[in-house]
Amino acid sequence: MNVMADVKVMKTAAETALAQAYTQARPSLPGGSAIAAQRAAAFDVFAKEGLPHRRVEDWKYTDLRALMRDAKPLAAPPDAAAKARGKTAGALLGDVETRRLVFVDGAFVPELSDTASLEAGLAIDSLAAALADNDQDLAAHLGKLAPSSDVAVALNTALMGDGAVIRVAAGSTIERPLHLVFAASEKPAASFVRSLVVVEKGARVMLIESHEGPAGSEYQVNAALELFVGDEAHVDHVKIIGEGSDALHVSTLAAAIGARARFNTFTFTSGGAVVRNQLFLKFDGERTVANIRGATLLKGRQHADTTLVADHAARGCQSREVFKSVLDDEAHGVFQGRIIVRAGAQQTDAKMMTRALLLSDSGEADNKPELEIFADDVQCGHGATAGALDEELKFYLMARGIPAADAEALLIQAFLGEAVEGIEHAGLREALMEQIVAWLKARVGH
Amino acid sequence: MPLLEIRNLHVEIDGKEILKGLDLTVNAGDVHAIMGPNGSGKSTLAYVLAGKAGYEPTAGTVLFDGRNIFDMEPDERAAAGLFLAFQYPLEIPGVATMTFLRTALNAQRKRRGEAELSTPEFLKKVREVAKKLGIEQDMLRRGVNVGFSGGEKKRNEILQMALLEPRLAVLDETDSGLDIDALKIASEGVNRLRGPTRSFVVITHYQRLLTYIVPDVVHVLSKGRIVRTGGKDLALELEARGYAQYQEEAAA
Repeated sequence: MNVMADVKVMKTAAETALAQAYTQARPSLPGGSAIAAQRAAAFDVFAKEGLPHRRVEDWKYTDLRALMRDAKPLAAPPDAAAKARGKTAGALLGDVETRRLVFVDGAFVPELSDTASLEAGLAIDSLAAALADNDQDLAAHLGKLAPSSDVAVALNTALMGDGAVIRVAAGSTIERPLHLVFAASEKPAASFVRSLVVVEKGARVMLIESHEGPAGSEYQVNAALELFVGDEAHVDHVKIIGEGSDALHVSTLAAAIGARARFNTFTFTSGGAVVRNQLFLKFDGERTVANIRGATLLKGRQHADTTLVADHAARGCQSREVFKSVLDDEAHGVFQGRIIVRAGAQQTDAKMMTRALLLSDSGEADNKPELEIFADDVQCGHGATAGALDEELKFYLMARGIPAADAEALLIQAFLGEAVEGIEHAGLREALMEQIVAWLKARVGH
Repeated sequence: MPLLEIRNLHVEIDGKEILKGLDLTVNAGDVHAIMGPNGSGKSTLAYVLAGKAGYEPTAGTVLFDGRNIFDMEPDERAAAGLFLAFQYPLEIPGVATMTFLRTALNAQRKRRGEAELSTPEFLKKVREVAKKLGIEQDMLRRGVNVGFSGGEKKRNEILQMALLEPRLAVLDETDSGLDIDALKIASEGVNRLRGPTRSFVVITHYQRLLTYIVPDVVHVLSKGRIVRTGGKDLALELEARGYAQYQEEAAA
């Protein structure tokens, strides 16, 4: 018997608190016996692995064990004051007309949500309600896409309290974008939200997630979304991570994409103290086209990690990955991108580009692109750059009368533009460009 | 008071002295041509005037309208009315030409305490100027100079100059890379701007440009100094006889 294998690494305060939270919450967490078993199995993954740390390759640059000093208590159901935050949250979308589904501290708030007169083919429920109803369709999909070995996902599965459950029936076009508004209240707590979106064959929908909360509060968010994109469906997904200054945000998008579909996803990250954004995308059907993009703007001591796995398991799909980050002060930006091309996935066309722009001498950018190719008739490539603003271009702008700070702002906008311009929805694209402009203005203190 | 007064200007680049005591006085309304062989310091002079990093003087003074330009950032110099048409205009992907022009114009106006131009006023102005220079509307929507030919880039420089209406424009080899038609269009753009209060320093290697932009004064720059000054006929003489004699004189 290998004695060493049984020696547990000493648990951190956060690990102990998470284990206690699970033990205490377990009887009251929603769902029947099958879900309870799923939770228990997921918790075992966490119990065995602990929080991911730098010796776990996928978490090399985001040592959650070190970064998470403690685990906050599970959020209580929101009271009136907490709900008030949900009312104003998501305003950064500006004039974009959406159907709002509001979650405060991870709990669905029906009175702030717009679930009336749903378009034909659209069904919306909360996860807590669907689990309580023992929804069979939910059970058939939940946990099928999110990788169970990932500890962040495992914790989410073990502790998921609420979220959105959305179904778009075959052939339906939902004109109004669905906006999942996630807001944290003043009280620092932990929320575990899990959403499931099933878009059936030929359906079309746009899904926006925004995450925000108060500055100065050390709240913790673990949000996961499982997304099924049917054959010939067209799904646009946009995630805005605008958490408060001291928040810890871990979120996961796990998607399976069918044949001849169109899938666009864009993540905009500007908030949070520590952010880990995971994308696990599987191309299950032929000739699908996907644009996977992101823009990250960090300052102070912010840390944001985007970890992407694009798994091409079917023939003839095209994926484009473009991730841009702008790092000021002592900020730390991480991009890990892995493209997998399975043996049968001939004629895959996948190109990944990641660029970091460093605005200070003490910022750090880590880029780790990987290609794993098991087919022989593919076009795959990746590129990664990190560098400072181009002084020649800045001089050109200044020579035309543009002050240094404005010249830099123009160049930074241009740098991010390539990623943002991929968003098809004009209103949303403009709203995000405005967010970028606001960030740049705050930077130079206009 | 002269508009531009350069006295005993010395400039080193990477430890090598390029300008070695250059003197130049340009009065309001005058067009000066600076001609000289490659490596004589023509482009260095242009960059020093515009304020490029690394092009600082080791000795001498440059007064623009009585102000010491070395106390001014490049954008301040531009707002004060100093313009450099670049020899190699840069491409700025992601910044639309229109945005660039508008930001530049309004930044200058703001610094001078003038009101910003309204969108219709601005558009009208750009369209008028662009039309005269044969610049298509489509080009204005693209990123600055992105996908432009060499000639289009040079015309875009003239467009910027026409829009910004500087008091002193330094044209750094605006003729290089231009065919004869583009040269005429660019020259006409410059000539339209000539007037009693606006001055030009036209830097060129060849006389050809000066048949279209006729200078008041021609200088020969060699090895970092003005070695000869004359009227417009001096350009023709240089075309016929070359620069060799001046290079020898400067070396002597």
